[in-house]
Amino acid sequence: MISFDKVGYSYGGGELLSDISLTLAPGSFHFLTGPSGAGKTTFLKLCYGELLPTSGRLTLFEGEARSLSRNDVAMVRRRIGVVHQDCQFLDHLPVAANIALPLTVSGKEPDVADLEDLMTWVGLRPLADALPPSLSGGERQRAAVARAVIMSPEVILADEPTGNLDWEMSQRLLRLFVELNRMGKTIVIATHDMNLIRTTKGQVAARVLRIQNRRVQLAGADL
Amino acid sequence: MKRLLILTGFGPESAAYRVVPPTGHTVWLTGFTAGAMTFLAVFALALSLAAGRLADRWADALTNTATIRISAPPDQLAAQTRAVLDLLGTTPGIHGARALSDAEQRALLEPWFGPDLPVDSLSLPQLVEFTENDGGYDAQGLRLRLQAEAPGAVLDDHTRWRRPLTVAAERLRLLGWLSLALIGGALAAMITLAANASLAANAQVIRVLRLVGAQDDFIAGAFVRRFTLRAVAGAAVGMVLGVAGILLLPSADAAGGFLTGLGFQGWGWLVPLVLPAIAALVAWAATRTAAFSKLRELT
Repeated sequence: MISFDKVGYSYGGGELLSDISLTLAPGSFHFLTGPSGAGKTTFLKLCYGELLPTSGRLTLFEGEARSLSRNDVAMVRRRIGVVHQDCQFLDHLPVAANIALPLTVSGKEPDVADLEDLMTWVGLRPLADALPPSLSGGERQRAAVARAVIMSPEVILADEPTGNLDWEMSQRLLRLFVELNRMGKTIVIATHDMNLIRTTKGQVAARVLRIQNRRVQLAGADL
Repeated sequence: MKRLLILTGFGPESAAYRVVPPTGHTVWLTGFTAGAMTFLAVFALALSLAAGRLADRWADALTNTATIRISAPPDQLAAQTRAVLDLLGTTPGIHGARALSDAEQRALLEPWFGPDLPVDSLSLPQLVEFTENDGGYDAQGLRLRLQAEAPGAVLDDHTRWRRPLTVAAERLRLLGWLSLALIGGALAAMITLAANASLAANAQVIRVLRLVGAQDDFIAGAFVRRFTLRAVAGAAVGMVLGVAGILLLPSADAAGGFLTGLGFQGWGWLVPLVLPAIAALVAWAATRTAAFSKLRELT
C-alpha cells in the first residue's frame, strides 16, 4: 500500500530522515511517536505525496512517488484522508461544504443524510453553516477529521489529531479510528499522547513506530 | 436541517465555481477591464465597418466609369465631342457614353464658384462620361485613337485619384481590425495579470484543494469559470455603453462627413453582440494558461 525502501529525506540544512524501510500494510494501525522536530510530520507528508524522498524508493499504492504526476498524486490523495496539525479550510465556505470538499473535487454529490450523520458524530451539526474562522481549535480539528474520513479512504493519516480536543472528544475520535481500522482502513497517527496510545492498544492491535536519530524504529513493550 | 440545505446545489458544477473566494480586488479589476476594453472595441468595430463601407462606396462609385475631357476652341468643341462619342461607340469594352449637359457641368463647379456661374460665357472643357463593360477596355489604345481623331480630348480613367482613396479607406479598415486585435491582446494581458494575482492570493485555497485530492483541471476550472463569468459580465456592460455611445453620435444625414457616419448599419448592429463572447473566450484562454502555469509553479 505505502512502502518505504531505504527512504531518506533531506532539507537544505541536512538529513532529517534516513534509511527508512517499512510497509504500511492494508488494515494496519500505527502510532508514530518521537521528540518534537524528529520528522513525524515529514514522514506523514511523504506518505501522501506532499514531499518526495531525496533518496530511496517510496511506493504509494501502485506508483513510485517520484514518477507520479500532479494528477496521479491527486488520485493518491483521494485514497488517503489527512488530518493536519494546522487544519486548513476554505474560509469562505461553510463548515458543511468544507467537510464535503473531498467529494466535491472528486465530482461526487454529497449525500445529505450521511453528511448529517458524520457532522452529528463529530459534534459539529449545529455549526454546519458556520464559517471556519469562527470555529475553536477543537472544532476545527473535528471538522478536519470529518473531512478526512468522508471519502472512506483506504488510509488515514493524522498529525496530532487530539491536540486540541478534550479527553472525551479524544476518546470518541479514537473510537472512530478504531472502527475505521476494523473496516479495513490503514491508520497512522502521529502523537505525543502516551495515554492515547495505551488506551488504543487495549482496543486494537496497534504498532508503535518511534522516530529516533533520523530513523523509524518499532517501539518496544514499554509503551 | 436548514443549514444542510446549503449543500443543495453544491453539486460538482456549482461547487467548482464556489471554491474560489468571490471577493478581492481582482473581481472589479477583471470586470472593469473587460468592460472598458469592450467599450473601446465597439468603437473600433464601428470604425472598421464604417471604413469598409466607405471603401466599398468609393470603389463602387468610381469603378467602371471614366471621363474624357475635351478642350478645344469653341467652334471645334461640338465636332470633337461628336467624334469622341462616335469613337467610344465603336470601342470594344465600352458599355455607353454621354456628354454632360451644361446644367450637369454647372452643378460640378457649383461648390467652388457658386450657383450663378455663367457657364455659357466661359470657355470650359466638355466632359464626356462613359461606362465600361465587366471585361474593361484598352485605355492605352483609346488614348491613341483619341489623339488621332480628337486632339483636344484627354482620357481620365480616375485611377490616379481613385486608388489613393480606396487604399486610404482600406488602411482605415485595417486600422480598425488592428485596434480590435490590440484591444483583445490588452484584455488578455490584463486578465492574465488579474488571474495570476488571484491565484497567488489564493495559494491557501489551492493547498487545501490539493490536500483533498483536487486535480489541476478542477482547480484551474474553478478559477477559469470565475474569471470568465466576470469578464462576460463586464464586457456586456461595456458593450451596452459602447452601443449607446454610438447611438448618441450625430447622424450622417444631419452633418455629413465620414466621422458622423461612424456607426453600424443594418445587420451591423448585431455585430457588437459577439464582443462579450469574444471577451469570454479571451478570458477563458488567458486564465486557463495562467492557472496551469501557476499550478506548475506551486508544485
